[in-house]
Amino acid sequence: MKQFELSRVDDPDQAVAAGAKATTAQQGADIRFIAGGTTLIDLMKLNVETPRKLVDVNHLPLDKIDSLSDGRLTIGAMVRNSDLAYHPIVRKDYAVLSEAILSGASTQLRNMATTAGNLLQRTRCMYFRDTAMPCNKREPGSGCAAITGVNRSLAILGTSEHCIATNPSDMNVALAALEAIIHIRGTKGERSVSISDFHLLPENTPQRETILEPGDLITHVMLPPPSPGSRSLYLKLRDRASYEFALASAAVVVTVGNGKLTRVRVALGGVGTKPWRSTEAESELTDQPATPAVFQKAADAALRDAKPQSQNGFKVELAKRCLVHALKLATQNA
Amino acid sequence: MSDQNQKESELEGGAHFAKSTRRTFLSRLGMAGLLVSSGPMIGEPARAESPTPSTPELEGAIPVTLRINGKKYDLRIDPRTTLLDCLREHLHLTGSKKGCDHGQCGACTVHINGRRVNSCLCFAAMYQGDEITTIEGIGQLENLHPMQEAFVSHDAYQCGYCTSGQIMSAVAMLKEPCGPEDAEVKEFMSGNICRCGAYQNIVAAIQSVRQGTAKEKQA
Repeated sequence: MKQFELSRVDDPDQAVAAGAKATTAQQGADIRFIAGGTTLIDLMKLNVETPRKLVDVNHLPLDKIDSLSDGRLTIGAMVRNSDLAYHPIVRKDYAVLSEAILSGASTQLRNMATTAGNLLQRTRCMYFRDTAMPCNKREPGSGCAAITGVNRSLAILGTSEHCIATNPSDMNVALAALEAIIHIRGTKGERSVSISDFHLLPENTPQRETILEPGDLITHVMLPPPSPGSRSLYLKLRDRASYEFALASAAVVVTVGNGKLTRVRVALGGVGTKPWRSTEAESELTDQPATPAVFQKAADAALRDAKPQSQNGFKVELAKRCLVHALKLATQNA
Repeated sequence: MSDQNQKESELEGGAHFAKSTRRTFLSRLGMAGLLVSSGPMIGEPARAESPTPSTPELEGAIPVTLRINGKKYDLRIDPRTTLLDCLREHLHLTGSKKGCDHGQCGACTVHINGRRVNSCLCFAAMYQGDEITTIEGIGQLENLHPMQEAFVSHDAYQCGYCTSGQIMSAVAMLKEPCGPEDAEVKEFMSGNICRCGAYQNIVAAIQSVRQGTAKEKQA
């Protein structure tokens, strides 16, 4: 591991000032905020991340979950994944988020990992993690070893000829279905962005994964009020029953009225280069009866643009079945 | 005290040493120069002039105070030192094991402020002011924690390498919202890998403690 200087900040403005001196907030950043460390320290041990300065943000007063009078929920950037998953309001009104978080990692990691950190979780693509291999995300212009290599677990949606790395987060998929808003404090003040616009497609700059710029600090995530009468659910399919990344997953939020799906939000995990909101599936479902045929049509629409690689063609069908089953479970007895 | 003085004073206690295990012997040698204080820190002289630690002083080392198993430790360590390496290599608390060193196996599990974490993914310098508990703080040979007793009585290990991590997870799990079924225990324990495959007995040991039957089984 490369040597670094460790400092600690106690208020968000200090953090912004410290981060603003970085040359980039993306891959290769020379200054990194460190919270739970579950991604960053792992990648520093592999020399994939080589910051010369670490800014410990664990003591920022951003560790609260608050219910606002208008029904929205704010989740502080430093709220640990365990605390978020087990929060009574989250379990009751945003079950998909609780289920998604608890389906990922282990208790130890969830006790460490934070909301903001999970938003910035890095891909598990083995070529990204191995500095002996070419990888456009880690080293722009070096090529993508995954496209011609071992790509069974990699993405089929949102890929480019430069990168097919999967976004590994479960939490992000739930946040996409919940239409979360990410609040950021930066050198020019505060701004907010929809989670759909927070992560970037790889295109020809896979080293850029989010809209974050030097100094940008995620302060909290805002969830809209729960949709009245809605039910939500996260279904994750993987190689083993626990402690494994998704091959395909589906987060659904559905409202059924008079036998019809009146409001539907769909996001897929394990298949996209970013948390994959599928407005295509939502259009096929809205105002339709909750039947297997309709679910299948929505699943076909969600995967219509899928580009499978040499080893992950199975993911197209797996993701469809995952979404169909999730919709079936979410609308049962509704 | 120099390393030489420390060694001499240790050798004078030869009769005591005769009872030592290989591990405690090595630990004592390694502890030479290590600064341990159980009392308050206030008013103590600066440590800059203190004896050299057992590991050579590295460029960029920083002063760090950790509280582990109720004891205060003053150290100078490289900021890159993980909590796991700090425990094992600097403090010679070797109960916490290094398996994968990437947060995937759980052998390094310790408690920070009562919650279980992977100590291989923590930089030690970031946990000053926190209460760190390792397997050494859970129970002692003459006074085992009920979970340790249960692991013994249920033969919940084979090689034993993952055991301290399993026990640290299991002890923390007693306070977590885990349902009563074996399947739920397995899910809650999935962050601890056992390469020998002692899972059945690990689950049985944990369930016996949760159901308050650990003592009876041992008797």
